[in-house]
Amino acid sequence: MAKKIHETPMLDELEKGPWPSFISGIKRLRDQHPDERIRGVANDLLGQLEHSYETRKGYWKGGTVSVYGYGSGVIPRFSEVGDAFPESREFHTLRVQPPAGNFYTTDMLRQLADSWEKWGSGLITFHGQTGNIMFIGASTDATQHFFDEINEYGWDLGGAGPCVRTGMSCVGAARCEMSCCNEQRIHRTLLNRFTDDVHRPSLPYKFKFKISGCPNDCVNSIERSDFAIIGIWRDNMKIDQDAVKEFIEKKGRQYVIDNVITRCPTNCMTLTDDDRIIVKDEDCVRCMHCLNVMPKALHPGDDKGVSVLIGGKRTLKIGDLMGTVIVPFMKLETEEDYQKLVELAENAIDFWAENGLEHERIGEMIERIGLVNFLEGIGVEPDPNMVLHPRQTSYVRTDGWDEEAEKWFRRKLEEKKQAAAG
Amino acid sequence: MTQAQATPRMPIESGCPDGFQYMHPVMRRNFGQWKYHEHPRPGVLRHVAYSGEEIWTVKAGTQRILDVFTIRKLCEIGDKYADGYVRFTIRSNIEFMVADKNKVEPLINALEEAGFVVGGTANSVTMISHTQGWLHCDIPGTDASGVVKAMMDELIDEFRNCRMPNRVHITTSCCQINCGGQGDIAINVQHTKPPRINHDQVANVCERPAVVARCPVAAIRPALVDGKPSLEVDEKKCICCGACYPPCPPMQINDPEHTKLAIWVGGNHSNARGRPTFHKLVAAGIPNNPPRWPEATAIVKRILRAYQQDARDWERINDWIERIGWPRFFELTGLPFTKYHIDNWRGARNSLNASTHIRF
Ligand code: HEM
Ligand code: SF4
Ligand code: SF4
Ligand code: SF4
Ligand code: SF4
Repeated sequence: MAKKIHETPMLDELEKGPWPSFISGIKRLRDQHPDERIRGVANDLLGQLEHSYETRKGYWKGGTVSVYGYGSGVIPRFSEVGDAFPESREFHTLRVQPPAGNFYTTDMLRQLADSWEKWGSGLITFHGQTGNIMFIGASTDATQHFFDEINEYGWDLGGAGPCVRTGMSCVGAARCEMSCCNEQRIHRTLLNRFTDDVHRPSLPYKFKFKISGCPNDCVNSIERSDFAIIGIWRDNMKIDQDAVKEFIEKKGRQYVIDNVITRCPTNCMTLTDDDRIIVKDEDCVRCMHCLNVMPKALHPGDDKGVSVLIGGKRTLKIGDLMGTVIVPFMKLETEEDYQKLVELAENAIDFWAENGLEHERIGEMIERIGLVNFLEGIGVEPDPNMVLHPRQTSYVRTDGWDEEAEKWFRRKLEEKKQAAAG
Repeated sequence: MTQAQATPRMPIESGCPDGFQYMHPVMRRNFGQWKYHEHPRPGVLRHVAYSGEEIWTVKAGTQRILDVFTIRKLCEIGDKYADGYVRFTIRSNIEFMVADKNKVEPLINALEEAGFVVGGTANSVTMISHTQGWLHCDIPGTDASGVVKAMMDELIDEFRNCRMPNRVHITTSCCQINCGGQGDIAINVQHTKPPRINHDQVANVCERPAVVARCPVAAIRPALVDGKPSLEVDEKKCICCGACYPPCPPMQINDPEHTKLAIWVGGNHSNARGRPTFHKLVAAGIPNNPPRWPEATAIVKRILRAYQQDARDWERINDWIERIGWPRFFELTGLPFTKYHIDNWRGARNSLNASTHIRF
């Protein structure tokens, strides 16, 4: 290389130790890549990063870069010390939507690597915390070329800014016995209904969908998404008593008592004298603990569906919020069922788009206006599963009580009829 | 004028691609029909379907920021020793799926030989989920990949083994926005001084009303400084969160000395046993000390040791602390309890002890 290689004494420290080193990876690009452009970018990137390590400061600033036709999906990065490190002066990130569950064939990974090597830095993150494949390090020109190339073979950008963001799903039904729903179908149905809102930011703020196949919630949907869809069942859990006996033979009675029976949060399990497990299913909150400990013996029931929780987010601005129950249970089998889920999302987003303040997440809006106003806004009836306990203060006006009670009884009657018919 | 500029290419708005095309055929065939799984050794899972078919998964840790050489290496291993199908977990571990049990050992050996680390399943300390940091974010107070690399070097044995009472999810975030999310242990940037304002630039760069609106404690107001429109901060009110910095870079919050790290514990996303929990502050004022952040790692290891020794099987860190109580947590970890641990944000009263449930 004609150019001088930057000294990186601090970064070199991160090549020591047994865990794979991202510094060694960037150095491989700097020293071994056939393309001079990539060698140069890697060298200056390391130079700037070393400078950050020395001064304990970051040197990237934002700007505006996008691809033709879209208003989001590219995170612009311009260096504030570009004169010293010119070849990584423009170092934009492209956010690309992965499939639900983050599946790839090696062929597809290679194809993506080939395209990225042609236009970008040669560095890819699988995945960002929102869930995108992050192609980090493209110049402004290259951004469009790279997008055009991968867009031709099936890849599209994710969101950035006040818009619907890329979704995230657990591995789920593809490989996990706990899964109670089709994460693949839910994920694609929702995200691809809102493609326009992914690519053209025009909402109060970001909006994230995350889908977990069961209440273990492996993608942190309650804590990290505005709209969490979580698989669950409502009939009895399935118990294979032979497998229970086998488990007890292997692990001992005490283990089962200490780690399963007494750990159930609602005390709804018993171990009988002849080593059978009995569950009082109407007390079970589907927490998953016992299934996790005894996956061979205990299984979700057959009457599967999803719960929907809305309003989760991290700190900014009013503090962390978890999503809370909006739909305790809905079936997701027929096309019609899926349409209902889409409508719920549409209603929630529309109501928020109209009533949310600038830069206010849907959970913050609900906090501001109260859950009941939100429920009325999206046409969802109150349900005791939405609360941990009813109101504690007497400061409330209840002059519509009779009417509301009437609605409840009518709803219950209808549910009964439907259950009888179904 | 090039052709491209004359008739720009319109994007194909295909959105999220179909995942089934990239799934191992055994997984496609048995979609939604899995019966149970076993965990024959750390880093390996065996899932059995009702059909009787099975799929083996080998999980490995990587550096997350992958260069194309590393990607090709992983693909080569995936083709030679596995069936060409992979996935990534949300903590950026790679998983190779194979139908044939006999492929598992050679696959593990190939991965380890190439420098990847097999493990991260069940009750291990799995890969630390992390953010962008100095490498490519515009507001970070520290580097994310560097912190994680330095910590994983020291936690690697816990990644390779399953010696913890339950799984441990560690996260890091390089600003107080915390894209890293909740964790059993979270290592996050904590600023300790109000932003320093470059008044020459504010009027040019910042949309002042938007910046004023961003502050969670209404500490920012418009002001004229040296005759120029700018902003000023009520430093008594300011909680040093840094929320004003992204919309207004002249309000520099990062500081080589006063930007510190804080450690939080007990975040748990799962509904298993208790409801999901947010993590809680346990240690602050930790120096932001590149390149290897030894002070932060030392505290993480101290917490892990106490948890490992004292928690019962299946207790996550939050479950463990709920059983033993916070006084004992501080005693066992040797960390100081200070006035900063007592919350004063909205809802703080719910965190006070309105009972005589006292631990002695
Ligand atoms: C200055 C601008 C910001 C940049 C450059 C930035 C960048 C990022 C990136 C690259 C990710 C991972 C994305 C992915 O997976 O594709 C992310 C995730 C995240 N960001 Fe930001 N971010 C910024 C501002 C913010 C702000 C203001 C908030 C707070 C509201 C925020 C909260 C988050 C959260 C909570 C996540 C994790 C999300 C999840 O779990 O889904 N970020 N951010
Ligand atoms: S959330 Fe449930 S279904 Fe999804 S991967 Fe985790 S345990 Fe399996
Ligand atoms: S799933 Fe949870 S609540 Fe239900 S029986 Fe098992 S441990 Fe108890
Ligand atoms: S935590 Fe903050 S600094 Fe770090 S990547 Fe996220 S937004 Fe950037
Ligand atoms: S650092 Fe936070 S509290 Fe302080 S002025 Fe900025 S936004 Fe307000």
